[in-house]
Amino acid sequence: MTSSTGIGASLLRKEDQRFLMGRGNYVSDIKRPGMTMGAFLRSPHAHARILAIRSDAALAMPGVLAVLTGEDLRADGVGGLPCAWPVTGKGGAPTKEPTHPPLAQDKVRHVGDPVAFIIAESLLQARNAAEAVEVDYEALPAVGGVLEAIKPGAPAVFEDIPDNVCVDWELGDKAATDAAFQGAAHVARISLVNNRLVGNPMEPRAAIGEYDSSREHYTLWTTSQFPHIVKLLMGNFVLGIAQHKLRVVSPDVGGGFGVKQFHYAEEALVTWGSRRVGRPVKWVAERSEGFISDAHGRDHVTEAEMALSEDGHFLGLRVRTIANMGGYLSTFGPNIPTNLYGPLLAGVYTTPAIYCEVKAVFTNTVPVDAYRGAGRPEATFVLERLVDVAAAELGIDRAEIRRRNMIPPGAYPYQTPVMMEYDSGDPGGCLAKALLKADWDGFAQRKGQSAARGKLRGIGLCTYVEACGLAPSRIAASLGVRGGLFESAAVRVHPTGEVTVLMGSHNHGQGHETTFAQIASELLGIPADKVEIVFGDTDRVQFGLGTYGSRSLAVGGSALVKATNKVITKGKKIAAHMFEAAEADIEFKDGSFTVAGTDRHKPFAEIALSAHFPVNFPLETLEPGLEEQAFYDPVNFTFPCGAHIAELEIDPETGTVELLSYIAVDDIGTVINPMIVEGQIVGGIVQGIGQALYEDCIYDQESGQLLSGSFMDYCLPRADNFPLISVETNITACTHNPLGSKGCGELGTIGSPATVINAVVDALSHLGVNHVDMPATPNRLWRIIANAGAAPVVP
Amino acid sequence: MRTFEYLRPATLQEALGSLSGLANSKPMAGGMTLIPAMKMRLSTPARLVDLGGLEELRGIRVDAAAVTVGASSTHESVANSALVRAAIPALCEVAGGIGDPQVRNRGTLGGSIANNDPAADYPAALLGLDAQVLTTRRTLSAAEFFVGLFDTALGDGELITAVRFPVPAAAAYEKFKSPASRYAMVGVFAARTAGGVRVAVTGAGAGVFRAGVIEAALEEKFSVDALTSLRFPSDGLNTDIHADAQYCAHLVGVLARRAVARILYVGRR
Amino acid sequence: MHISLTVNGKSVQADVAPEELLSDLLRERLGLTGTHVGCDTSQCGACVVHVDGRSVKSCTVLAVALQGSTVTSIEAVASAAGLHPMQKAFHENHGLQCGFCTPGMVMSALDYAARNPDPSAESVRHWLEGNFCRCTGYQNIVAAILAGAAAMSERAKELGK
Repeated sequence: MTSSTGIGASLLRKEDQRFLMGRGNYVSDIKRPGMTMGAFLRSPHAHARILAIRSDAALAMPGVLAVLTGEDLRADGVGGLPCAWPVTGKGGAPTKEPTHPPLAQDKVRHVGDPVAFIIAESLLQARNAAEAVEVDYEALPAVGGVLEAIKPGAPAVFEDIPDNVCVDWELGDKAATDAAFQGAAHVARISLVNNRLVGNPMEPRAAIGEYDSSREHYTLWTTSQFPHIVKLLMGNFVLGIAQHKLRVVSPDVGGGFGVKQFHYAEEALVTWGSRRVGRPVKWVAERSEGFISDAHGRDHVTEAEMALSEDGHFLGLRVRTIANMGGYLSTFGPNIPTNLYGPLLAGVYTTPAIYCEVKAVFTNTVPVDAYRGAGRPEATFVLERLVDVAAAELGIDRAEIRRRNMIPPGAYPYQTPVMMEYDSGDPGGCLAKALLKADWDGFAQRKGQSAARGKLRGIGLCTYVEACGLAPSRIAASLGVRGGLFESAAVRVHPTGEVTVLMGSHNHGQGHETTFAQIASELLGIPADKVEIVFGDTDRVQFGLGTYGSRSLAVGGSALVKATNKVITKGKKIAAHMFEAAEADIEFKDGSFTVAGTDRHKPFAEIALSAHFPVNFPLETLEPGLEEQAFYDPVNFTFPCGAHIAELEIDPETGTVELLSYIAVDDIGTVINPMIVEGQIVGGIVQGIGQALYEDCIYDQESGQLLSGSFMDYCLPRADNFPLISVETNITACTHNPLGSKGCGELGTIGSPATVINAVVDALSHLGVNHVDMPATPNRLWRIIANAGAAPVVP
Repeated sequence: MRTFEYLRPATLQEALGSLSGLANSKPMAGGMTLIPAMKMRLSTPARLVDLGGLEELRGIRVDAAAVTVGASSTHESVANSALVRAAIPALCEVAGGIGDPQVRNRGTLGGSIANNDPAADYPAALLGLDAQVLTTRRTLSAAEFFVGLFDTALGDGELITAVRFPVPAAAAYEKFKSPASRYAMVGVFAARTAGGVRVAVTGAGAGVFRAGVIEAALEEKFSVDALTSLRFPSDGLNTDIHADAQYCAHLVGVLARRAVARILYVGRR
Repeated sequence: MHISLTVNGKSVQADVAPEELLSDLLRERLGLTGTHVGCDTSQCGACVVHVDGRSVKSCTVLAVALQGSTVTSIEAVASAAGLHPMQKAFHENHGLQCGFCTPGMVMSALDYAARNPDPSAESVRHWLEGNFCRCTGYQNIVAAILAGAAAMSERAKELGK
């Protein structure tokens, strides 16, 4: 009866209609009575001392209500933006957490650091006034890149952290790894850069603060992936607002990709500002403002080496990474290049000894934090590039060397040497399927055909594993997180049998309103159109942790299963009462409560009605109503894995890459909606290919100026950059959550950078090339080809 | 955007009066470059004179010798003009490759060349075809018109009315797009004209220029081979985060060869 | 300055400031918030609407210049009978995720369909040069536009009978 809208159905999305009709409700669409507009004056300097701020002229301008600075924050006792996930460094050293004031105090530490917040009747007036605020800066030497930041004598971003090192972290058994290298027949080495990225969801960030003095109550509308956490962090640590006096609403949000899962200064400033001016305050980022105020992603410099036996078995892996934290710590900053990176270096292989060191360092750049994939793409890139280098050096086929080292199907659960215990997975099956689909063995012939047309053809392969479903609170706490990582769901059954589900996760494109409705549909035996999913409002939804780390289905969906099962249990009680039968004899199937072994049954809706008209309920043992809530804390991470293959051609004359095909075979556990899953995977792959071929956030290493600060210079992938992407699955179920689901939101960005670069390197391998940094731009590739003597370099 | 005075004159005469009436007055055609610049406050005119209502700047006329395109003709109208396609198909390609469909629906020939962005496409076509820029005061050759980086020979209160493109024996435009902006990283417009071979390069330098060494080689023999061993010098070419000067110079050579091949093997014009 | 124009079939009179953009007019003054603003370099296309039948970037058009023009935004694409075939195609092909780029995509797609009697995946991808999407990887948008264009031409044929 419900199979058409239950688990496994490619149900068309319930949320589409409002977006297609232009009736979405994004923060920038919201107008509040008496609303004022805010604009920021941001630092043009990467590093400077603020000597004086003169705002008299700005304050005198028409419509201007307030010009707020770091000094006003101080006077009001406003706190700094907290870091929620510091990590413990070598020898138990704590992460250095310098204060991050929402408006700069005394010093600015990156271009875009907010210096003043101007509130006016109109946006034009606020912007005009921002131009009239005079700031005297004493420019200081700045540092933009991590290698520059750790040089002795480099400018210190924080005076009390002279070496710029935020935390020096390690993972793994150093002695065992050193021993593995000593006995190794071969050592493969690589030095690489993981390019800095700007997430750029299509909706720029926005926030509206509103203070109601009659209730001493604040409301914040914000483009957030986790409104409850913003409420907790901002209320408790920044503004000192009691939690029952603060509501945070994140309505429709136009993409997140991690960029919107941090607590940002602007959220606190509109909220605080609304109290200062006594009226609602709205701020909407312009895109160029986003480039200098959204947290950025990646930005690693890495040296890695792998010890191998003569026959290509991986014996040990040693990785040294320097990761950029930017000018302040963002919410999860230190966690990304450490806990979400080092433990993934095992990949899907049986490498017995791994040791990883990460230095997280401050620079005069925008803070760096999680961006789709977050740590895991970086780890996969290191490992999978190194495997290709090793294969080439040992003369072993790239697929074969991976097979030779892969965790065998019977070895799960598999404990890696770097913390993680993989519960399940079939990477070998994914690889076999991908190789077949890609006609890996027929590549030589296709390469020849390309060569005949003057093109350099390459094929690249990558396997990956990701730890997602963030996260078991117990493990996360041991890794430093200051809070739980469970998720919540509440199932509210209406008297007429329709269901409202309140989810602690947040939907900003992932299709939750459909996927979660399908789960409720499946379990309750009602059509999905009788289920409404509610999210994103701390006044409506019980506490929740939000959406990031591919957690919504594996953790949030599990909470939904748990809550729904509670509803069914309660329904059985009610049915038992109505049938005057024993509760143990009631079965629930296909939307009906049945007395086992009889044809006596009542549909779900009838039980729901009865729950709300409890005329003869035994009130001591049976409460009226049918609404249940559950919190689910996973016992482990989930571990999607897979194999991706890309084939491409390089035009040696121009260095241009043309992608010809991309094949993904992924093990993501139970699939609820195949159509949505495919959309998530394709979208992720395209973002990952963006990193590999197009996107690059470039700072001038000396001045700290952002050189790629708009879409004119930061290349966002376009439709004409891509061939058809083929997505298949090869499923093993997650063994520790009720759905068996693992997650699919991030895998595309995890697998595709290495896949594409491996193909690029393959195309150039005849020139002795063994690595190409990302993005593999035409200029970069032409230079490599030219330097190899294959194309003339002009004088 | 700062506020400004907006005027939309109905005649060219009125427009010229409006422009000369107030210091820091600026004419606006499609606004595809000017409005973004004004939004970022990089351009802050006190008065904006919208040329969109001027009949005098409209229309495309074609005769045996030349294609004359009114300054306010949109890129879309040029790209899809059957008349232009019959006379100078390369001009349709230039117009059809500017920006994106929405930009082409509003952006104009006059606006593009008056801005003289060093990576714009039209300047290459004008210089490559030895076009004449007709203004409210005079007629300028393309070489006279394009002065330098975002700079033209247009005086204050002088407006472009049309561009006259002589019909060449054959022409082709090859553009290598900058991946982010989609402007020309390098664009090469090659033409066989009554006055000889002309090769104009956009994107690579501080403004559009003629590639003399390439023209000379092609004058000797109009063939791809004539350019195979030619190395275009990188002196004075741009280096930025997308392309270094040597790469730009290399692309000039590659695109010139491709343009020549197109002229020889694909279409006669 | 006073202007009168037609927006989504209705006559609109407005006193606009010279610096007011068409996107401001639609969003702030008329409450038509389906038109989105996603960049400040006139590239992303979230703000695409039709002016006098052609797709334009409403963030790069001065409202004051639209005296006498006819503007159509996403809000007027569906009819009382339901979604337009192009909107339906986006729904059926999962051509949207977060929905932010969607209105601009649909408006751009309608212009594509009107101008391309012979649609192809390649020409759709090229047409979308001025429409950015960060979620879908474009694949399903391309499929949706092809399906939508086919449905529109089918509908036109039926109406022609």
